[in-house]
Amino acid sequence: MDYLDFEEPIIKLENRIEELRERSQSDGKDFLPEIRKLRQKANRLRRDIFGKLSPWQRTKLARHPMRPYTKDYIDNMTSGFMELHGDRFYGDGVSIISGFANLDGHVVMVIGQQKGRDTKEKIKRNFGMSHPEGYRKALRLMKMAEKFNRPILTLLDTPGAYPGVGAEERGQSEAIAKNLLVMSSLRVPIISVVIGEGGSGGALALGVGDRILMLENSVYSVISPEGCAAILWNNPEKVEEAASALRLTAMDLFSHGLVDEVVKEPSGGAHRKPITTASTLRRVIRRHLNELMKISSDDLVSTRRNKIRNMGYFYE
Amino acid sequence: MGWFTKVKKPLESIAFKKRIPEGVWCKCKGCKEIIYHNELVESFGICPKCSHHHRISASERIRLLIDDATFEEKDANVTSADPLKFRDTKKYKERLGSAQKKTGLSEGVISGSGLLESRQVEIAVMEFDFMGGSMGSAVGEKITRTIERGVEGEKPVILVSCSGGARMQEGLLSLMQMAKTSAALGVLAEKKLPYLSILSDPVSGGVTASFAMLGDVIISEPNALICFAGPRVIAQTIGETLPEGFQRAEFLLDHGFVDMVVPRLQLKLTVAQLLDFFCGEVAY
Ligand SMILES: [Zn+2]
Repeated sequence: MDYLDFEEPIIKLENRIEELRERSQSDGKDFLPEIRKLRQKANRLRRDIFGKLSPWQRTKLARHPMRPYTKDYIDNMTSGFMELHGDRFYGDGVSIISGFANLDGHVVMVIGQQKGRDTKEKIKRNFGMSHPEGYRKALRLMKMAEKFNRPILTLLDTPGAYPGVGAEERGQSEAIAKNLLVMSSLRVPIISVVIGEGGSGGALALGVGDRILMLENSVYSVISPEGCAAILWNNPEKVEEAASALRLTAMDLFSHGLVDEVVKEPSGGAHRKPITTASTLRRVIRRHLNELMKISSDDLVSTRRNKIRNMGYFYE
Repeated sequence: MGWFTKVKKPLESIAFKKRIPEGVWCKCKGCKEIIYHNELVESFGICPKCSHHHRISASERIRLLIDDATFEEKDANVTSADPLKFRDTKKYKERLGSAQKKTGLSEGVISGSGLLESRQVEIAVMEFDFMGGSMGSAVGEKITRTIERGVEGEKPVILVSCSGGARMQEGLLSLMQMAKTSAALGVLAEKKLPYLSILSDPVSGGVTASFAMLGDVIISEPNALICFAGPRVIAQTIGETLPEGFQRAEFLLDHGFVDMVVPRLQLKLTVAQLLDFFCGEVAY
């Protein structure tokens, strides 16, 4: 299993516990008191470490190689998912997965960014960095959801929109901009959840929702800490400072009023208990869906527009 | 339509700031020839020898596009706060202070109402010298209000972009200005009011990926760099040098992402003619 530097002490303890358990079975010796002590120690350690994560550690957690991705949430939160492909202009845009699914009695259009678990899938999904086709596919399917009066659920998890020659040639900017405009005026409910890494415009292109939710250990930022450190500090090593300065954690963004709700993760992060995380998230989504489905389309659009309209702090 | 009526409005004077540095002579960034400085100012930054378009200030741009003595500045008192108390090697507050001193502006965009060839318009022009024309909450707010004034007064909206993208020092608040400005344009479009997007070198990141790319008609100045990701970032990602002219205005024209490339001195008449196509009175 892959783990992060700050997870290491916990993992070591857990391995030790596992070892003792196996030995107590094979040797028939009673290690229970010691196991109990180690368990308590591990829990304490986990609380200590995860109780005071720095924004940079949070960023690493959001990018954890074991972190549940869109596909995992689709598997664990919905049923009957049927993937729909293609932007009808150029390609499929496989960094984004999309299609109808059932979620607790609602038919929803699920659209999410997929990073890829193993090397092969990572390359196929372009590490979750979308080309314009992905955004245009998302747009096509969001309009389709509107046509059939189905709510939209978007799952945000990307380092950013792909910076490449083809992406620029095919109008990455136009694709993102169009999504922002259209999402602001769609006449069906939109719930957007940052499940991992909310990477700038590439994430926002799926993120104009009636509700904007974030998983506890996800991050959402105008620029990556690496990019920010390189530009503003002129020193790529200043990532910790940059991560702190950007206020990119879920709680920070909630306190700035940019996020409606922070969804709790199991102790140690979503990857420790993906199914528990998914069912918590499913319940939160259902609650918001139940609220939003009661609102008329006119009110929905004007409320969403107002919500976006009021974002920003300035003097006057 | 309401906005077509010819009205003269008194000038609310805005601080006129020339971008071209003082001095009798200067060197053209295109042909490297030495040009008489005053000549460059008089020609709105266009080299008399090679017609290279030098960057001009927002106030020069307004002088270029808006009829004399008709510009009425709005929201000049909307300025950046520092909600994150952001500090890199310098405090954001200090960066704001020096940008204000350098440009004589309170924020990175000048917005207001005026006449363009006698047609009433709402206009906002970004100032690159103000922190790279970056869009934070105040810039986003002023642009949004410009669009909203268009909706209220049933007037066409003109936005002149010149920006490095979203302003990092306001974190996600800056990113959300992309959504805010784009959503406002959605309302303008519903009212069937025209929006002309004018691009001047450079336009990148969060500004390109929001209002700059949403014009009914998108006009670029020659050779302007227009991109989502900057050429340096892309060269780094793909590990090779980029083709000549990549991400320049003419490249975008070739690829179908701008309507036309128009030299600076023809911009005003081009816009006027487009406005007539959109909303001018038609003789049957
Ligand atoms: Zn020249």
